[in-house]
Parts: sequence; structure tokens; C-alpha cells
Amino acid sequence: MTITLNHFSAALVFAFFASIVFGITHRETTREMVRYGAYCFAMFLGGVLVAGWAMWVLRR
Amino acid sequence: MANSTSERLAEKTKAAQADPVSMMAVLAPAVGWLIPGAGHIIQKRWIRGGLLFVSITTLFVLGLAMQGRIYKANGGDILEILGFIGDVGAGGLYIVTLAADWGQGAIAFATADYGTKFMIVAGLLNFIAVADAYHIAIGKKQ
Repeated sequence: MTITLNHFSAALVFAFFASIVFGITHRETTREMVRYGAYCFAMFLGGVLVAGWAMWVLRR
Repeated sequence: MANSTSERLAEKTKAAQADPVSMMAVLAPAVGWLIPGAGHIIQKRWIRGGLLFVSITTLFVLGLAMQGRIYKANGGDILEILGFIGDVGAGGLYIVTLAADWGQGAIAFATADYGTKFMIVAGLLNFIAVADAYHIAIGKKQ
């Protein structure tokens, strides 16, 4: 079975699961875990978007 | 005044010091390495353990499904050694993959490269999960 993901989907999946693990392991209470996980997810995706546009600018 | 301050300090120090040597402090990390999330589950952190299991296992399995490559211990250059260190963090998933001779992709296209990285990251995340299980076992974290 082969799965093919495009670049953004791969980044999305990666960010989602990594954020869950970060949230659980880096905070104490459930509320803090959820907030930190959401923050990590936003940072991952934001970083991907910023890096993508930065590469586009460099390419031009 | 000084006594109460030093007593408070002593209480804080005592609370901060956890007992690092116990059966669970050895068992939880070991089981957590072998099966992602199991170190939390055996300490009755069901939801956390379940989420860790699902997240790490899904990343690893997706990596395999994307034709990613698994690194072995006999890698020659530093990048292969680092890849091996990441992969081995996945514990039982890595052992099963090696035994079944999966993960032999040639990384001929972008998705396979992502797959390789997914598996390495799954292993590294499991290392973090194992450390978290240890901290729970020694009482440093709830």
C-alpha cells in the first residue's frame, strides 16, 4: 500500500501529530496541553507558509 | 522568621527531589520505548498514552506507506547514523519493520523522502514521550 501526499498535506499531518505529542509532554494540565498543542500546530504551519513564501521570493 | 524561611525552603527542596530509583521508573521508560504511549498507560494516564500511541504510530506507519527508508545500525556516514538513532526511538515499530524487511525504499521521489523523515521524527517523538513517562514515574510531573 502506497500513500502519496502532496507537500502541504505532509506538512499538515506532521504538524498535527507532532503538536499532539508536544502538547502532552511539555505541559501539566489538560487545558495547558491543549493550548500548547494548538500553539505548536500554528507555529509549525506558520513556519511552513513563511518558509514557502521566503523560498518563492528567493527564487524570483 | 529565618526558621520559617528555611523550613519552607526545605519543604520545597524535598518536593522537588523525586525518587529516581523505583520499579516504575525503570519499567515505564522501557515499556514506553517498546510500545509508544505504553509508559503512560501503565501509569494510568490512559488518554495521554492513547494519544501518544496513535500519534507516533500513525506517523511511523504513514512514513512506511510513503515508501520511506529505514536506517540500519551499520550505516557508514554520519547522516545514516543519525537516521538510525532517530528510527530506533520508535522501539517495537522499528524492530517489526526490520524483521519484516520493510522500509527499503530508494527515496527516489519527494514523498519517499517525507516518509523517511516521518519515521525518524516518530522515533524522536517517542524519545520525548519516554522521558515524559519517566518524569511521571519519579513524581516530577503529574
